[in-house]
Amino acid sequence: MTEPILSVTNLTKRFGGFVALDGVDVSLGDKERLGLIGPNGSGKTTLINCISGALYNEQGKVNFEGSDVTGTTASSRAKLGIIRTFQIPRPFRSMTIIENLLIPMEYAASGRMESRNLRDQAMESLEIVGLQDRADENSANLTQIDMRRLELARALSAKPSLLLSDETMAGLSSSEVDEVLDILFALNGRGVAVIMIEHIMRAVMKYSERIVVLDAGKKIADGSPDEIVNNRDVERAYLGE
Amino acid sequence: MKLNKFWFIIAAVFLIGIAFTMVADNEFYFYATYAVMQLMIMGIAWNILGGFTGYVNFGSGGFFAAGAYTTVFLHRAFDAPPLLIAVLVAPMVCGLIGLGVGYFTLRLKGVYFAIATLAVAIILETIVVNWEFVGGAGGYYLLIPENVVFFDSYIEWLFVLILAITLIAIIVSRYLNSSKIGQGLAAIRDDELAAESMGVPTLKLKLISTTVMGGLMGAAGAPFPYFITFVEPVSAFNLLVAVMAIAVPMIGGTASWIGPVIGGLLLGTIQETVTVNISSELNLLIVGVVLVGFISLAPQGITGLYQDFMRKRRKGND
Repeated sequence: MTEPILSVTNLTKRFGGFVALDGVDVSLGDKERLGLIGPNGSGKTTLINCISGALYNEQGKVNFEGSDVTGTTASSRAKLGIIRTFQIPRPFRSMTIIENLLIPMEYAASGRMESRNLRDQAMESLEIVGLQDRADENSANLTQIDMRRLELARALSAKPSLLLSDETMAGLSSSEVDEVLDILFALNGRGVAVIMIEHIMRAVMKYSERIVVLDAGKKIADGSPDEIVNNRDVERAYLGE
Repeated sequence: MKLNKFWFIIAAVFLIGIAFTMVADNEFYFYATYAVMQLMIMGIAWNILGGFTGYVNFGSGGFFAAGAYTTVFLHRAFDAPPLLIAVLVAPMVCGLIGLGVGYFTLRLKGVYFAIATLAVAIILETIVVNWEFVGGAGGYYLLIPENVVFFDSYIEWLFVLILAITLIAIIVSRYLNSSKIGQGLAAIRDDELAAESMGVPTLKLKLISTTVMGGLMGAAGAPFPYFITFVEPVSAFNLLVAVMAIAVPMIGGTASWIGPVIGGLLLGTIQETVTVNISSELNLLIVGVVLVGFISLAPQGITGLYQDFMRKRRKGND
Protein backbone atom coordinates (compact mmCIF):
# COMPACT_ATOMS: atom_id res chain seq x y z
CA MET A 1 0.00 0.00 0.00
CA THR A 2 1.21 3.49 -0.84
CA GLU A 3 1.25 6.35 1.64
CA PRO A 4 -2.31 6.54 3.08
CA ILE A 5 -4.35 9.60 2.11
CA LEU A 6 -6.58 9.15 5.12
CA SER A 7 -5.63 7.79 8.50
CA VAL A 8 -8.03 7.73 11.40
CA THR A 9 -6.39 6.82 14.68
CA ASN A 10 -8.04 5.84 17.95
CA LEU A 11 -11.23 7.73 17.08
CA THR A 12 -13.79 7.85 19.89
CA LYS A 13 -17.18 9.53 19.71
CA ARG A 14 -19.68 9.66 22.56
CA PHE A 15 -23.27 10.89 22.55
CA GLY A 16 -23.82 11.55 26.25
CA GLY A 17 -23.12 8.24 27.93
CA PHE A 18 -23.45 6.25 24.72
CA VAL A 19 -20.19 5.33 23.05
CA ALA A 20 -20.89 5.39 19.31
CA LEU A 21 -17.30 4.83 18.25
CA ASP A 22 -14.67 3.32 20.48
CA GLY A 23 -11.02 3.63 19.50
CA VAL A 24 -11.47 3.02 15.79
CA ASP A 25 -8.42 2.95 13.50
CA VAL A 26 -8.94 3.09 9.75
CA SER A 27 -6.52 3.98 7.02
CA LEU A 28 -7.08 4.35 3.34
CA GLY A 29 -4.62 4.26 0.48
CA ASP A 30 -4.61 6.57 -2.49
CA LYS A 31 -7.41 5.67 -4.95
CA GLU A 32 -8.43 2.74 -2.74
CA ARG A 33 -12.03 1.46 -2.63
CA LEU A 34 -12.99 0.64 0.93
CA GLY A 35 -16.28 -0.92 2.00
CA LEU A 36 -17.59 -0.06 5.45
CA ILE A 37 -20.18 -2.50 6.79
CA GLY A 38 -21.75 -3.44 10.08
CA PRO A 39 -25.16 -4.02 11.64
CA ASN A 40 -27.54 -1.11 12.15
CA GLY A 41 -26.31 1.24 14.86
CA SER A 42 -22.75 0.01 14.67
CA GLY A 43 -21.39 3.51 14.02
CA LYS A 44 -20.82 3.57 10.26
CA THR A 45 -22.53 6.91 9.60
CA THR A 46 -21.01 8.36 12.78
CA LEU A 47 -17.57 7.43 11.46
CA ILE A 48 -18.35 9.12 8.13
CA ASN A 49 -19.59 12.18 10.01
CA CYS A 50 -16.39 12.37 12.02
CA ILE A 51 -14.23 12.01 8.93
CA SER A 52 -16.20 14.64 6.99
CA GLY A 53 -16.35 17.04 9.92
CA ALA A 54 -20.13 17.03 10.42
CA LEU A 55 -19.41 15.78 13.95
CA TYR A 56 -16.40 16.49 16.13
CA ASN A 57 -14.68 13.57 17.82
CA GLU A 58 -13.61 13.90 21.44
CA GLN A 59 -10.62 11.61 21.12
CA GLY A 60 -8.39 10.45 18.35
CA LYS A 61 -7.09 12.03 15.20
CA VAL A 62 -8.12 12.35 11.58
CA ASN A 63 -5.23 12.87 9.18
CA PHE A 64 -5.86 13.67 5.56
CA GLU A 65 -3.12 13.88 2.95
CA GLY A 66 -0.51 14.32 5.64
CA SER A 67 -2.21 17.10 7.61
CA ASP A 68 -4.20 16.87 10.81
CA VAL A 69 -7.81 17.93 10.15
CA THR A 70 -9.22 16.97 13.55
CA GLY A 71 -11.51 19.73 14.84
CA THR A 72 -11.75 21.63 11.55
CA THR A 73 -15.14 22.44 10.01
CA ALA A 74 -16.81 20.29 7.39
CA SER A 75 -16.55 23.09 4.82
CA SER A 76 -12.79 23.42 5.26
CA ARG A 77 -12.40 19.64 4.90
CA ALA A 78 -14.54 19.79 1.76
CA LYS A 79 -12.08 22.34 0.38
CA LEU A 80 -9.28 19.84 0.96
CA GLY A 81 -11.19 17.23 -1.02
CA ILE A 82 -13.12 15.19 1.57
CA ILE A 83 -16.62 15.05 0.11
CA ARG A 84 -19.60 13.07 1.31
CA THR A 85 -22.99 12.09 0.01
CA PHE A 86 -26.03 11.69 2.23
CA GLN A 87 -28.10 8.64 3.06
CA ILE A 88 -31.23 10.60 2.18
CA PRO A 89 -30.42 12.84 -0.81
CA ARG A 90 -30.24 16.52 0.06
CA PRO A 91 -30.43 18.56 -3.14
CA PHE A 92 -30.63 22.36 -3.06
CA ARG A 93 -34.31 22.36 -3.90
CA SER A 94 -34.73 25.92 -5.13
CA MET A 95 -32.05 25.37 -7.77
CA THR A 96 -31.91 23.57 -11.07
CA ILE A 97 -29.80 20.46 -11.44
CA ILE A 98 -26.84 22.32 -12.89
CA GLU A 99 -27.06 25.09 -10.30
CA ASN A 100 -26.74 22.40 -7.65
CA LEU A 101 -23.37 21.52 -9.15
CA LEU A 102 -22.18 25.11 -9.28
CA ILE A 103 -22.27 25.41 -5.47
CA PRO A 104 -19.41 22.95 -4.81
CA MET A 105 -17.56 24.33 -7.84
CA GLU A 106 -17.73 27.85 -6.40
CA TYR A 107 -16.92 26.76 -2.87
CA ALA A 108 -15.34 23.36 -2.16
CA ALA A 109 -13.34 23.26 -5.38
CA SER A 110 -12.96 27.01 -5.89
CA GLY A 111 -9.18 27.00 -5.79
CA ARG A 112 -8.86 23.82 -7.79
CA MET A 113 -11.13 24.37 -10.78
CA GLU A 114 -9.84 24.57 -14.30
CA SER A 115 -10.20 27.99 -15.82
CA ARG A 116 -12.67 26.77 -18.43
CA ASN A 117 -16.35 27.71 -18.39
CA LEU A 118 -17.87 26.33 -15.16
CA ARG A 119 -21.04 25.26 -16.92
CA ASP A 120 -19.08 23.08 -19.35
CA GLN A 121 -17.28 21.44 -16.47
CA ALA A 122 -20.59 20.87 -14.68
CA MET A 123 -22.02 19.29 -17.83
CA GLU A 124 -19.14 16.80 -17.85
CA SER A 125 -20.06 15.71 -14.33
CA LEU A 126 -23.70 15.37 -15.39
CA GLU A 127 -22.67 13.20 -18.34
CA ILE A 128 -20.89 10.78 -16.03
CA VAL A 129 -24.12 10.20 -14.07
CA GLY A 130 -26.40 10.46 -17.10
CA LEU A 131 -28.28 13.67 -16.25
CA GLN A 132 -26.84 15.79 -19.07
CA ASP A 133 -30.19 16.21 -20.84
CA ARG A 134 -31.93 17.49 -17.73
CA ALA A 135 -29.45 20.12 -16.59
CA ASP A 136 -31.98 22.95 -16.38
CA GLU A 137 -34.78 21.02 -14.70
CA ASN A 138 -35.74 21.82 -11.15
CA SER A 139 -34.03 19.52 -8.67
CA ALA A 140 -36.99 19.25 -6.31
CA ASN A 141 -39.09 16.93 -8.47
CA LEU A 142 -36.58 14.20 -9.26
CA THR A 143 -37.18 10.48 -8.79
CA GLN A 144 -35.17 8.60 -6.17
CA ILE A 145 -32.59 7.26 -8.61
CA ASP A 146 -32.14 10.68 -10.20
CA MET A 147 -31.71 12.23 -6.76
CA ARG A 148 -28.88 9.74 -6.14
CA ARG A 149 -27.40 10.59 -9.51
CA LEU A 150 -27.56 14.29 -8.69
CA GLU A 151 -26.05 13.63 -5.27
CA LEU A 152 -23.09 11.86 -6.93
CA ALA A 153 -22.70 14.46 -9.68
CA ARG A 154 -22.66 17.20 -7.08
CA ALA A 155 -20.06 15.34 -5.05
CA LEU A 156 -18.00 14.86 -8.21
CA SER A 157 -18.18 18.60 -8.95
CA ALA A 158 -16.46 19.27 -5.65
CA LYS A 159 -13.34 17.59 -7.11
CA PRO A 160 -12.96 15.10 -4.27
CA SER A 161 -9.86 13.08 -3.60
CA LEU A 162 -11.87 11.10 -1.04
CA LEU A 163 -15.56 10.36 -1.50
CA LEU A 164 -17.60 9.17 1.46
CA SER A 165 -20.62 7.43 0.00
CA ASP A 166 -23.29 6.85 2.63
CA GLU A 167 -25.78 4.21 1.47
CA THR A 168 -26.10 5.70 -1.97
CA MET A 169 -27.96 2.60 -3.15
CA ALA A 170 -30.48 2.11 -0.35
CA GLY A 171 -33.93 1.45 -1.74
CA LEU A 172 -32.86 1.15 -5.37
CA SER A 173 -33.78 -1.72 -7.67
CA SER A 174 -31.18 -4.27 -8.73
CA SER A 175 -30.52 -2.67 -12.11
CA GLU A 176 -30.35 0.78 -10.53
CA VAL A 177 -27.77 -0.57 -8.05
CA ASP A 178 -25.64 -1.66 -11.01
CA GLU A 179 -25.99 1.78 -12.51
CA VAL A 180 -24.80 3.52 -9.34
CA LEU A 181 -21.97 0.99 -9.05
CA ASP A 182 -20.84 1.93 -12.55
CA ILE A 183 -20.84 5.59 -11.58
CA LEU A 184 -18.80 4.86 -8.47
CA PHE A 185 -16.32 2.78 -10.51
CA ALA A 186 -16.04 5.66 -12.98
CA LEU A 187 -15.34 8.06 -10.11
CA ASN A 188 -12.66 5.78 -8.76
CA GLY A 189 -11.22 5.53 -12.26
CA ARG A 190 -10.71 9.30 -12.15
CA GLY A 191 -8.46 8.89 -9.14
CA VAL A 192 -10.94 9.30 -6.29
CA ALA A 193 -10.55 7.13 -3.20
CA VAL A 194 -13.95 5.91 -1.99
CA ILE A 195 -15.30 4.77 1.34
CA MET A 196 -18.64 3.10 0.72
CA ILE A 197 -21.21 2.37 3.39
CA GLU A 198 -23.68 -0.12 2.06
CA HIS A 199 -26.07 -2.79 3.23
CA ILE A 200 -26.39 -4.41 -0.18
CA MET A 201 -23.73 -7.12 0.15
CA ARG A 202 -23.56 -7.88 -3.54
CA ALA A 203 -22.56 -4.28 -4.23
CA VAL A 204 -20.06 -4.04 -1.39
CA MET A 205 -18.39 -7.30 -2.33
CA LYS A 206 -18.14 -6.32 -5.96
CA TYR A 207 -16.90 -2.80 -5.35
CA SER A 208 -14.55 -3.01 -2.40
CA GLU A 209 -10.88 -3.87 -2.53
CA ARG A 210 -10.87 -3.97 1.24
CA ILE A 211 -13.66 -4.08 3.82
CA VAL A 212 -13.81 -2.76 7.37
CA VAL A 213 -16.48 -4.14 9.69
CA LEU A 214 -17.83 -2.19 12.64
CA ASP A 215 -19.89 -3.64 15.45
CA ALA A 216 -21.15 -1.60 18.41
CA GLY A 217 -18.61 1.13 17.72
CA LYS A 218 -15.60 -1.15 17.49
CA LYS A 219 -13.71 -2.33 14.46
CA ILE A 220 -13.95 -6.11 14.44
CA ALA A 221 -12.45 -6.95 11.07
CA ASP A 222 -10.38 -5.38 8.31
CA GLY A 223 -9.44 -7.32 5.22
CA SER A 224 -10.20 -8.38 1.67
CA PRO A 225 -13.81 -9.29 0.82
CA ASP A 226 -12.93 -13.00 0.87
CA GLU A 227 -11.38 -12.77 4.30
CA ILE A 228 -14.39 -10.89 5.62
CA VAL A 229 -16.86 -13.45 4.31
CA ASN A 230 -15.03 -16.21 6.17
CA ASN A 231 -14.45 -14.23 9.35
CA ARG A 232 -16.06 -15.82 12.45
CA ASP A 233 -16.43 -12.50 14.30
CA VAL A 234 -18.28 -10.90 11.40
CA GLU A 235 -20.64 -13.86 11.18
CA ARG A 236 -21.29 -13.58 14.91
CA ALA A 237 -21.96 -9.84 14.70
CA TYR A 238 -24.50 -10.28 11.95
CA LEU A 239 -26.13 -13.58 12.90
CA GLY A 240 -25.42 -13.97 16.60
CA GLU A 241 -23.95 -17.06 18.28
CA MET B 1 -25.11 45.93 -20.55
CA LYS B 2 -27.56 44.91 -17.87
CA LEU B 3 -25.17 46.17 -15.23
CA ASN B 4 -24.98 49.59 -16.85
CA LYS B 5 -28.75 49.78 -17.01
CA PHE B 6 -28.96 49.12 -13.28
CA TRP B 7 -26.48 51.84 -12.38
CA PHE B 8 -28.15 54.20 -14.80
CA ILE B 9 -31.51 53.71 -13.07
CA ILE B 10 -29.94 54.15 -9.63
CA ALA B 11 -28.30 57.41 -10.70
CA ALA B 12 -31.44 58.61 -12.46
CA VAL B 13 -33.65 57.96 -9.44
CA PHE B 14 -31.26 59.88 -7.22
CA LEU B 15 -31.16 62.85 -9.55
CA ILE B 16 -34.93 62.85 -9.95
CA GLY B 17 -35.15 62.84 -6.15
CA ILE B 18 -32.92 65.91 -5.93
CA ALA B 19 -34.91 67.65 -8.66
CA PHE B 20 -38.10 66.78 -6.77
CA THR B 21 -36.90 68.78 -3.74
CA MET B 22 -36.49 71.83 -5.95
CA VAL B 23 -39.85 71.57 -7.65
CA ALA B 24 -42.33 70.30 -5.07
CA ASP B 25 -43.36 72.64 -2.33
CA ASN B 26 -45.98 70.62 -0.51
CA GLU B 27 -44.12 69.03 2.39
CA PHE B 28 -46.60 66.19 2.63
CA TYR B 29 -45.02 64.50 -0.39
CA PHE B 30 -41.69 64.31 1.37
CA TYR B 31 -43.20 62.89 4.54
CA ALA B 32 -45.12 60.29 2.56
CA THR B 33 -42.22 59.19 0.34
CA TYR B 34 -39.93 59.14 3.37
CA ALA B 35 -42.24 56.63 5.04
CA VAL B 36 -42.40 54.51 1.90
CA MET B 37 -38.64 54.41 1.57
CA GLN B 38 -38.08 53.65 5.26
CA LEU B 39 -40.41 50.70 4.85
CA MET B 40 -38.56 49.59 1.73
CA ILE B 41 -35.16 49.64 3.46
CA MET B 42 -36.53 47.52 6.30
CA GLY B 43 -37.99 45.05 3.81
CA ILE B 44 -34.68 44.84 1.96
CA ALA B 45 -32.78 44.36 5.21
CA TRP B 46 -35.15 41.67 6.48
CA ASN B 47 -34.98 39.87 3.17
CA ILE B 48 -31.20 39.47 3.29
CA LEU B 49 -31.50 37.23 6.35
CA GLY B 50 -35.07 36.01 5.94
CA GLY B 51 -35.31 35.64 2.16
CA PHE B 52 -31.80 34.93 0.90
CA THR B 53 -30.60 32.93 3.91
CA GLY B 54 -33.90 31.48 5.14
CA TYR B 55 -33.71 32.65 8.74
CA VAL B 56 -37.01 34.26 9.75
CA ASN B 57 -36.40 37.19 12.04
CA PHE B 58 -38.98 38.89 14.28
CA GLY B 59 -36.46 41.26 15.82
CA SER B 60 -36.39 43.89 13.08
CA GLY B 61 -38.00 46.41 15.43
CA GLY B 62 -35.08 45.99 17.81
CA PHE B 63 -32.47 46.73 15.17
CA PHE B 64 -34.47 49.63 13.76
CA ALA B 65 -34.88 51.17 17.21
CA ALA B 66 -31.22 50.56 18.01
CA GLY B 67 -30.43 52.69 14.96
CA ALA B 68 -32.83 55.40 16.11
CA TYR B 69 -31.43 55.36 19.63
CA THR B 70 -27.86 55.56 18.34
CA THR B 71 -28.89 58.91 16.88
CA VAL B 72 -30.51 59.91 20.17
CA PHE B 73 -27.40 58.91 22.09
CA LEU B 74 -25.12 60.90 19.80
CA HIS B 75 -27.50 63.86 19.93
CA ARG B 76 -27.37 63.91 23.71
CA ALA B 77 -23.71 62.98 24.17
CA PHE B 78 -22.14 65.27 21.59
CA ASP B 79 -24.60 68.15 21.62
CA ALA B 80 -26.50 67.53 18.40
CA PRO B 81 -23.81 66.56 15.87
CA PRO B 82 -24.82 66.55 12.20
CA LEU B 83 -27.30 63.80 11.34
CA LEU B 84 -24.91 62.44 8.73
CA ILE B 85 -22.58 61.28 11.51
CA ALA B 86 -25.40 59.32 13.14
CA VAL B 87 -26.31 57.80 9.79
CA LEU B 88 -22.75 56.54 9.47
CA VAL B 89 -22.39 55.35 13.08
CA ALA B 90 -25.80 53.66 13.49
CA PRO B 91 -25.23 50.98 10.79
CA MET B 92 -21.92 50.11 12.43
CA VAL B 93 -23.51 49.80 15.88
CA CYS B 94 -26.44 47.78 14.54
CA GLY B 95 -24.18 45.70 12.34
CA LEU B 96 -22.18 44.77 15.42
CA ILE B 97 -25.38 43.92 17.28
CA GLY B 98 -26.35 41.79 14.28
CA LEU B 99 -22.98 40.04 14.37
CA GLY B 100 -23.26 39.36 18.10
CA VAL B 101 -26.84 38.19 17.90
CA GLY B 102 -25.96 36.01 14.92
CA TYR B 103 -23.07 34.43 16.74
CA PHE B 104 -25.22 33.45 19.70
CA THR B 105 -28.46 32.50 17.97
CA LEU B 106 -27.58 31.06 14.58
CA ARG B 107 -27.18 27.54 15.89
CA LEU B 108 -30.94 27.67 16.43
CA LYS B 109 -33.14 26.70 13.53
CA GLY B 110 -36.55 27.70 12.25
CA VAL B 111 -39.06 28.81 14.83
CA TYR B 112 -36.48 28.76 17.64
CA PHE B 113 -34.35 31.28 15.82
CA ALA B 114 -37.42 33.46 15.23
CA ILE B 115 -38.26 33.42 18.94
CA ALA B 116 -34.66 34.23 19.85
CA THR B 117 -34.72 37.33 17.62
CA LEU B 118 -37.96 38.39 19.27
CA ALA B 119 -36.22 38.06 22.62
CA VAL B 120 -33.32 40.21 21.40
CA ALA B 121 -35.76 43.01 20.54
CA ILE B 122 -37.28 42.77 24.01
CA ILE B 123 -33.85 42.86 25.67
CA LEU B 124 -32.89 45.96 23.69
CA GLU B 125 -36.19 47.62 24.57
CA THR B 126 -35.70 46.87 28.26
CA ILE B 127 -32.24 48.41 28.15
CA VAL B 128 -33.54 51.59 26.51
CA VAL B 129 -36.55 51.89 28.85
CA ASN B 130 -34.18 51.83 31.82
CA TRP B 131 -31.56 54.10 30.33
CA GLU B 132 -32.32 57.63 31.49
CA PHE B 133 -29.57 59.16 29.38
CA VAL B 134 -31.53 58.52 26.17
CA GLY B 135 -34.85 59.47 27.74
CA GLY B 136 -35.86 56.15 29.30
CA ALA B 137 -39.54 55.26 29.19
CA GLY B 138 -40.53 58.90 28.85
CA GLY B 139 -38.94 59.37 25.46
CA TYR B 140 -36.65 61.98 23.99
CA TYR B 141 -37.38 65.21 22.13
CA LEU B 142 -35.12 66.37 19.34
CA LEU B 143 -35.18 69.85 17.98
CA ILE B 144 -34.75 69.97 14.26
CA PRO B 145 -31.93 72.33 13.24
CA GLU B 146 -33.38 75.52 11.84
CA ASN B 147 -30.80 76.13 9.18
CA VAL B 148 -30.32 73.63 6.41
CA VAL B 149 -27.87 74.04 3.59
CA PHE B 150 -28.92 73.36 0.00
CA PHE B 151 -32.54 72.56 0.86
CA ASP B 152 -35.60 74.65 1.61
CA SER B 153 -36.58 72.67 4.69
CA TYR B 154 -35.29 69.94 6.93
CA ILE B 155 -37.70 67.32 5.59
CA GLU B 156 -36.24 67.79 2.12
CA TRP B 157 -32.81 66.98 3.49
CA LEU B 158 -34.22 63.92 5.31
CA PHE B 159 -35.90 62.86 2.10
CA VAL B 160 -32.65 63.01 0.11
CA LEU B 161 -30.83 61.20 2.91
CA ILE B 162 -33.29 58.31 3.08
CA LEU B 163 -33.32 58.14 -0.71
CA ALA B 164 -29.54 57.70 -0.68
CA ILE B 165 -29.80 55.03 2.05
CA THR B 166 -32.49 53.23 0.06
CA LEU B 167 -30.37 53.17 -3.07
CA ILE B 168 -27.35 51.94 -1.13
CA ALA B 169 -29.51 49.21 0.45
CA ILE B 170 -30.67 48.15 -3.01
CA ILE B 171 -27.08 48.07 -4.30
CA VAL B 172 -25.90 46.00 -1.31
CA SER B 173 -28.83 43.62 -1.56
CA ARG B 174 -28.39 43.15 -5.30
CA TYR B 175 -24.69 42.52 -4.86
CA LEU B 176 -25.32 39.89 -2.17
CA ASN B 177 -28.05 38.28 -4.26
CA SER B 178 -26.09 37.92 -7.47
CA SER B 179 -22.62 37.19 -6.14
CA LYS B 180 -20.97 33.99 -4.99
CA ILE B 181 -22.07 34.92 -1.46
CA GLY B 182 -25.68 34.95 -2.66
CA GLN B 183 -25.34 31.46 -4.12
CA GLY B 184 -23.87 30.27 -0.85
CA LEU B 185 -26.74 31.86 1.11
CA ALA B 186 -29.27 30.19 -1.21
CA ALA B 187 -27.57 26.85 -0.56
CA ILE B 188 -27.83 27.47 3.19
CA ARG B 189 -31.53 28.31 2.83
CA ASP B 190 -32.17 25.11 0.88
CA ASP B 191 -30.13 22.74 3.02
CA GLU B 192 -27.59 23.95 5.50
CA LEU B 193 -25.96 20.57 6.15
CA ALA B 194 -25.52 19.86 2.45
CA ALA B 195 -24.17 23.38 1.92
CA GLU B 196 -21.54 22.92 4.61
CA SER B 197 -20.50 19.57 3.16
CA MET B 198 -20.11 21.16 -0.27
CA GLY B 199 -17.57 23.61 1.11
CA VAL B 200 -19.87 26.56 1.89
CA PRO B 201 -18.56 28.18 5.10
CA THR B 202 -22.06 28.39 6.56
CA LEU B 203 -21.28 30.13 9.86
CA LYS B 204 -19.26 32.86 8.15
CA LEU B 205 -21.92 33.52 5.51
CA LYS B 206 -24.72 33.58 8.08
CA LEU B 207 -22.76 36.10 10.15
CA ILE B 208 -22.28 38.27 7.06
CA SER B 209 -26.03 38.00 6.53
CA THR B 210 -27.01 39.03 10.08
CA THR B 211 -24.43 41.83 10.11
CA VAL B 212 -25.66 43.35 6.85
CA MET B 213 -29.28 42.93 7.96
CA GLY B 214 -28.54 44.71 11.25
CA GLY B 215 -26.56 47.44 9.53
CA LEU B 216 -29.32 48.25 7.04
CA MET B 217 -32.01 48.18 9.73
CA GLY B 218 -29.87 50.58 11.73
CA ALA B 219 -29.47 52.85 8.71
CA ALA B 220 -33.26 52.91 8.31
CA GLY B 221 -33.66 53.85 11.97
CA ALA B 222 -30.92 56.47 12.22
CA PRO B 223 -32.81 59.46 10.68
CA PHE B 224 -36.09 58.40 12.34
CA PRO B 225 -35.76 60.60 15.47
CA TYR B 226 -35.36 63.65 13.24
CA PHE B 227 -38.30 62.53 11.16
CA ILE B 228 -40.76 62.38 14.05
CA THR B 229 -38.80 64.66 16.47
CA PHE B 230 -39.87 62.58 19.46
CA VAL B 231 -38.77 59.01 20.16
CA GLU B 232 -40.04 56.77 22.88
CA PRO B 233 -39.40 53.05 23.33
CA VAL B 234 -42.93 51.69 22.87
CA SER B 235 -43.35 53.14 19.37
CA ALA B 236 -39.73 52.67 18.31
CA PHE B 237 -39.67 49.00 19.34
CA ASN B 238 -43.18 48.35 18.11
CA LEU B 239 -43.72 44.80 16.92
CA LEU B 240 -45.54 46.33 13.99
CA VAL B 241 -42.17 47.42 12.63
CA ALA B 242 -41.13 43.77 12.50
CA VAL B 243 -44.42 42.72 10.92
CA MET B 244 -44.15 45.38 8.24
CA ALA B 245 -40.53 44.43 7.50
CA ILE B 246 -41.73 40.86 6.90
CA ALA B 247 -44.80 41.91 4.90
CA VAL B 248 -42.78 43.87 2.34
CA PRO B 249 -40.69 40.97 0.96
CA MET B 250 -43.61 38.56 1.38
CA ILE B 251 -45.63 40.69 -1.00
CA GLY B 252 -42.80 41.48 -3.37
CA GLY B 253 -41.09 38.09 -3.35
CA THR B 254 -38.24 36.84 -1.17
CA ALA B 255 -35.94 35.09 -3.62
CA SER B 256 -34.41 38.10 -5.35
CA TRP B 257 -33.28 41.61 -4.49
CA ILE B 258 -36.04 43.23 -6.53
CA GLY B 259 -38.82 41.61 -4.44
CA PRO B 260 -38.71 43.92 -1.41
CA VAL B 261 -38.22 46.94 -3.68
CA ILE B 262 -41.51 46.21 -5.42
CA GLY B 263 -43.18 45.14 -2.18
CA GLY B 264 -42.03 48.28 -0.39
CA LEU B 265 -43.27 50.55 -3.16
CA LEU B 266 -46.63 48.82 -3.31
CA LEU B 267 -47.32 48.37 0.38
CA GLY B 268 -45.90 51.76 1.32
CA THR B 269 -47.95 53.56 -1.29
CA ILE B 270 -51.15 51.75 -0.30
CA GLN B 271 -50.50 52.59 3.32
CA GLU B 272 -49.85 56.26 2.77
CA THR B 273 -52.82 56.64 0.44
CA VAL B 274 -55.18 54.92 2.85
CA THR B 275 -53.85 56.86 5.85
CA VAL B 276 -54.52 60.15 4.14
CA ASN B 277 -57.72 59.39 2.28
CA ILE B 278 -59.51 57.02 4.62
CA SER B 279 -58.04 56.61 8.08
CA SER B 280 -54.82 55.65 9.79
CA GLU B 281 -56.55 52.86 11.72
CA LEU B 282 -57.88 51.28 8.57
CA ASN B 283 -54.45 51.25 6.99
CA LEU B 284 -53.34 48.46 9.34
CA LEU B 285 -56.34 46.39 8.42
CA ILE B 286 -55.51 46.81 4.76
CA VAL B 287 -51.91 45.73 5.31
CA GLY B 288 -53.26 42.62 7.03
CA VAL B 289 -55.68 41.83 4.23
CA VAL B 290 -53.04 42.34 1.52
CA LEU B 291 -50.60 40.13 3.42
CA VAL B 292 -53.11 37.32 3.96
CA GLY B 293 -54.11 37.56 0.31
CA PHE B 294 -50.55 37.21 -0.93
CA ILE B 295 -49.58 34.42 1.44
CA SER B 296 -52.56 32.29 0.45
CA LEU B 297 -52.80 33.15 -3.25
CA ALA B 298 -49.25 34.02 -4.30
CA PRO B 299 -46.78 32.73 -1.71
CA GLN B 300 -43.86 33.58 -4.00
CA GLY B 301 -44.91 37.22 -4.09
CA ILE B 302 -45.12 39.47 -7.11
CA THR B 303 -41.78 38.34 -8.55
CA GLY B 304 -43.00 34.74 -8.25
CA LEU B 305 -46.20 35.61 -10.12
CA TYR B 306 -44.17 37.31 -12.82
CA GLN B 307 -41.88 34.29 -13.22
CA ASP B 308 -44.86 31.94 -13.47
CA PHE B 309 -46.38 34.20 -16.09
CA MET B 310 -43.16 34.27 -18.12
CA ARG B 311 -42.80 30.49 -17.88
CA LYS B 312 -46.33 29.95 -19.12
CA ARG B 313 -45.83 32.39 -21.96
CA ARG B 314 -42.61 30.64 -23.00
CA LYS B 315 -44.42 27.31 -22.96
CA GLY B 316 -47.20 28.83 -25.03
CA ASN B 317 -44.69 29.99 -27.62
CA ASP B 318 -43.01 26.58 -27.96
